[in-house]
Amino acid sequence: MASPPIVSTPSSLLPLRIEGLIKRFGDLTAVNGVTLELKDGECLGLLGPNGAGKSTLIRSMVGRVIPDAGTVSIFGDRADSLGARMALGWVPQELALYARLTCRENLESFGQYHGLRGAALKAAVAWCLDWAALTDRAQEPAHHLSGGMKRRLNMAAGLIHRPKVILMDEPTVGVDPQSRNRIFEMIEKLHAEGISMIYTTHYMEEAERLCDRIAIIDHGRIIALGTRDELVQSAFASRSEMLARFASADDSVAAWVKQRGGLLENGMAHFTIDHATEIAGLLDAAAKAGHELADISLRKPNLESVFLQLTGRELRD
Amino acid sequence: MIFPIVRTALIALRRDRGALALSFILPIVFFSIFAVIFGGRRDSTPKVTVLVVDEDHSPASERLIQGLEREGSLSVKKKPAPKQGAEQKDYTAATAEAAVKAGTAPVALIVPHGFGENPISFGGANQKRPTIQLLKDSSDMVAPEVIAGLLQKVAMTSMPDIMAEQGSKYMDEFAGGFTPEQRKRIDGSLEQLRTRQSAERGGQQSAPADPNRGMPVAVSTRDVVGENKDNPMVSFYAAAIGVMFLLFTASSAGGSLLDEAESGTLDRVLSSRVTMGTLMAGKLCYCSLLAFSQLVVMFIWAWLVFKLDFIPHIPGFVIMGLCTAFAVGAFGMLLASICRTRAQLGPLSTLVILIMSSIGGSMFPRFLMPEAMQKAGLLTINAWAIDGFTKIFWRDEPISHLWPQVLVLLGVGVVLCAIARRLARRWEYS
Repeated sequence: MASPPIVSTPSSLLPLRIEGLIKRFGDLTAVNGVTLELKDGECLGLLGPNGAGKSTLIRSMVGRVIPDAGTVSIFGDRADSLGARMALGWVPQELALYARLTCRENLESFGQYHGLRGAALKAAVAWCLDWAALTDRAQEPAHHLSGGMKRRLNMAAGLIHRPKVILMDEPTVGVDPQSRNRIFEMIEKLHAEGISMIYTTHYMEEAERLCDRIAIIDHGRIIALGTRDELVQSAFASRSEMLARFASADDSVAAWVKQRGGLLENGMAHFTIDHATEIAGLLDAAAKAGHELADISLRKPNLESVFLQLTGRELRD
Repeated sequence: MIFPIVRTALIALRRDRGALALSFILPIVFFSIFAVIFGGRRDSTPKVTVLVVDEDHSPASERLIQGLEREGSLSVKKKPAPKQGAEQKDYTAATAEAAVKAGTAPVALIVPHGFGENPISFGGANQKRPTIQLLKDSSDMVAPEVIAGLLQKVAMTSMPDIMAEQGSKYMDEFAGGFTPEQRKRIDGSLEQLRTRQSAERGGQQSAPADPNRGMPVAVSTRDVVGENKDNPMVSFYAAAIGVMFLLFTASSAGGSLLDEAESGTLDRVLSSRVTMGTLMAGKLCYCSLLAFSQLVVMFIWAWLVFKLDFIPHIPGFVIMGLCTAFAVGAFGMLLASICRTRAQLGPLSTLVILIMSSIGGSMFPRFLMPEAMQKAGLLTINAWAIDGFTKIFWRDEPISHLWPQVLVLLGVGVVLCAIARRLARRWEYS
């Protein structure tokens, strides 16, 4: 998806601005000095493995976590202020719904919690049901819905007050591919309306499809930030990635891969090469070292490659 | 195959502290409570309080009262407890009756003028004689019977000379030499006796039986509380059982906070306009409303099925119902805010509520408990709520007399709410 034109905006009017955010839980530093800006109409992806600090960062943005240092502001307001809460919509990772209430009743409840009443509430509920394609299921109790429908209702409940900024915390967890596509379409519709979004995921395909810019987060730090192409360019420039699977991936193979400047992850060696001609040299060296190759392939670097290059680990670890 | 199943179950039980507590601690706690209530220790056997009014001030009446005071199972009170250090006046017939109505004691004895002149019960039902009045609260089915029996015993043991003198007087009067008149009287008495025995054998009574027949002293018993009630214990049990179940309902309803925390809806709600204070106020209203509705249903059922005198007492019921519902609602909120999970809430609430209910009078009337247990019961919501409902439905007291119960229940509710709010801060931010 092409990036929308980003105009220069005074920092106080940015949809979301995080500066020097630190959050510790005992000895664990979940968020470690994060500085980040979300521009108007932008979809910013937060990409990182489980436990990287994505959810803590999101909860800080919603004002549900008190940071040890740093600030979070929504259109210039502190994250825990009423103004920020009304401007922000949050789709939590958990299915935060009232299971025995129907879709409509759930939306009405969350709408009322946001101060909606009367015709405004009715219109908001109708819009959400339509957006989530749940109009036909409006009278169905939430616990009777399929997994994908529950996810869509969960998203709709976060949008009932029509916020200007939306935080989506892994909204596709546990969803089948068909439902995931439907969710992507819903998000793309919001994006097209110019809503600013932060989207966390540990699926690089989602980040590549939906996000204008991507922040890669690991161990509570933003280790890279930019568009997909910028990230790949900064990590690989014009180089390519060669993947090699060995017949046996023992310690001697790991040592050999490391010696050749590669990374061994889950039995697969990753090498960065400037030219395809380097492949022959690697094969020859492997044969001389006595390591039998089972399979090799060449691929254009993607976000997964970037993450591996930056952290030495795969995204789904 | 059986051994691994048992082993797995035992490991699971060992790691479930709530289930462990319910399995081992709760039975011990209950056993201890009921052992104390029913006098497991000799020195804790409850004494029966009796108010005594001496209108006669004769040697006989004084010796009778002294005899009652020597009875180890009685606590005889001739005057109310001192107020702010000032001695109170002796009870009169009127103040003693009022005290029984107010629940100060289950029984009052009034020794009338002329008792010392003619203390012995003899001469048939029509014989005019001074009669000791026993005023009782019929909700206590034990104390009046105990006192009536002890009164007869004390009369015989505390004034044997007077009883002998009175016996001689009657012997002189009725058996002084078998004159024709004496013969006529004896024949008449025998005929009366035959008639009565014949009637009793046939299962019918031609005339009202003399309740003092065969007793040394004449006693007339009168219910001063609940005399017009069709079913004396219904109001007590409606309140007692009702409050216990209200506590269970409120703890379960309060647990919805834990459900919301576990499901994530709490985070979502708190990221809206709703603050923790507003949320807890809403939950408190819900718990209290549910509890009040439960009381309404319970008392209406008691009215329809058990003839509880509900309609005239609606204003008092509403006041007590709302105060009780508020206190139990706050209790439910406190339990929920103490616990980390629903799984913790279940055993803890069961443990606390059953203990509160047992010492607070929901399972066993407090007036039958040892004094120390009765005082301990005042630490529970149950005791204050039951006392309030008893005042309304049993003692027919005016609404203004409910102020101690109302103040305590509201105070308890406010304090529990404040503690719950403080504990709930952990949900506000992490």
